[in-house]
Amino acid sequence: MIRRRSTVLTLAMGALLVYFLFPLFWLIVAATKTTGDLFSTFGLWFGNDFALLANIRETFTHNNGEYARWMANTLVYSVVSSVGAACLATFAGYGFARYVFRGRSMLLGAVLGTIMVPTTALAIPTYLLFSKASLVNTPWAIILPSLVSPFGLFLMWVYARDAVSDTVLEAARIDGAGELAIFFQVTLRSLMPGFVTVVLFTLVATWNNYFLPLIMLNDPTYYPITVGLSSWSAQAVGGSGANADLLACVVTGSLLSIIPLIAAFILLQRFWQSGLSAGAVKE
Amino acid sequence: MTTTTAATAAAPPRRRRSKTGTSGYIFITPFLVFFLLFFVLPLGYAGYLSFFRDQLVGGTVFAGLDNYARALKDAQLLDGVLRVALFFLVQVPVMLLVALVAALAIDSGMLRSAKLFRLGVFIPYAVPSVVAALMWGYLYGPDFGPLAQLGDRLGFTPPNLLSDSAMLASLGNIVTWEFTGYNMIILYAALRTVPTELYEAAWVDGAGAWRTAWSIKIPALRPALLLCLIFSVIGSFQLFAEPNLLQRLAPNVINSSYTPNLYAYSLAFTSQEVNYAAAVSFLLGLVIVVVSYVVLFLTSRGSRR
Repeated sequence: MIRRRSTVLTLAMGALLVYFLFPLFWLIVAATKTTGDLFSTFGLWFGNDFALLANIRETFTHNNGEYARWMANTLVYSVVSSVGAACLATFAGYGFARYVFRGRSMLLGAVLGTIMVPTTALAIPTYLLFSKASLVNTPWAIILPSLVSPFGLFLMWVYARDAVSDTVLEAARIDGAGELAIFFQVTLRSLMPGFVTVVLFTLVATWNNYFLPLIMLNDPTYYPITVGLSSWSAQAVGGSGANADLLACVVTGSLLSIIPLIAAFILLQRFWQSGLSAGAVKE
Repeated sequence: MTTTTAATAAAPPRRRRSKTGTSGYIFITPFLVFFLLFFVLPLGYAGYLSFFRDQLVGGTVFAGLDNYARALKDAQLLDGVLRVALFFLVQVPVMLLVALVAALAIDSGMLRSAKLFRLGVFIPYAVPSVVAALMWGYLYGPDFGPLAQLGDRLGFTPPNLLSDSAMLASLGNIVTWEFTGYNMIILYAALRTVPTELYEAAWVDGAGAWRTAWSIKIPALRPALLLCLIFSVIGSFQLFAEPNLLQRLAPNVINSSYTPNLYAYSLAFTSQEVNYAAAVSFLLGLVIVVVSYVVLFLTSRGSRR
């Protein structure tokens, strides 16, 4: 087939790209400015002083370095939740796809039927339950609800149906391998792209989560970065006197908080793209 | 999803009788335990709470369907639901259209450096909604937003993007910015699985790029588009972080019941009306599930023409 490059299309897409990237450009520029320059110089170009390093230092040291603490919290919450959720989903997805047992269709249907139930509708009742169990205001309040991903199960169920070959399973069974041994030694490898996809998407969901931690936590020591930045920005809005400089911290902190995820997506491109196609097509 | 549950029954791989044992339970039990504890139980608890009422005298008493009756007549709640419904009807088509066009353009092979476009459009998805809302809030704002600055310098009055009439559109812009890339990637991934023989056949038949896109690619994208649409229903109706953050910049425009979720939050944590908040959460969840099924029903009926 002859494929011609189209300049018009490239230009149109270029305009779209500008729309998607200019806020991030603004953020980068803003992070290099002093609070004074933020107000007095044009937003889409650099200011008089290059204050990036000073801003970063201030962001990490403000209020006894709580920003670093929030970063660490976010990392722990999202890594533990996403790996845990992906393990549960992979295990169960494989079970549903590869075994016949009583109640299978009903159980699978029940779980998949809840994909549409919004997580925020669960957040308030979960808070009430957790406050009875004294789990509120602990890291568990964030991690435990994030371990359940019906959509992750859906992806892994689809993935396990296609990616695992029956012949290999039969051969392993004839060799006398146990079901768990077969899973860990034979099938897990072929499920890896799906696993990584679920990890990545649960990671983003937990990293970006705001509603749940806002409800569950009131001790800033446990805040993830989203709730922390939001609380800083609330202080900065009324900003005068002591909090005037906080604005630069909010901006710099915002920039720093998005770097890890963007890096993860760029590095893991191969995995999430192949994993996603399974879920999107084989509905 | 009806399509998925229907597929379940049809899809089981053929297994020997001997494997119809208990091994499957080993694999699904861990998930189901967590699912029961942190999904089914809270949902059931919300349902339970919604039948009770807190009274100053007499404590918690059984209230039957009173909370629901109140919710259905609650003007604040209904306004919020209508607002997010309007948001859904305008923002989602725009977002999905942009995502579709971008996915088709990247897939067409007619772009220079398509990889760069794919990544660039997707990157906002990695930005937390809190950061996106903060950033756009500053961009919209009168203090140091570039638009306000340009207006200042060139002597025109910039439109107030945080005013009552512009707020919903401003929120829509933030959400579009955040999620177009995600939808584009789902659509693009689906496009990559269309067998290339189909394109070749179309080319032999003399179909150009536009015709191929319209007659082959877009029909092939139906399931993926449906998936995007369902996720968008869920996302729109539980809008929270963006209005919650912009509320500080425009407290007179965004009140505590601007979206149903903001309302449930303020009921539970500001007015301490826990039981009513549970009923509102429960109803909101119900509305989302119902709207999702209506969307599924309408789209699948459309395909059988």
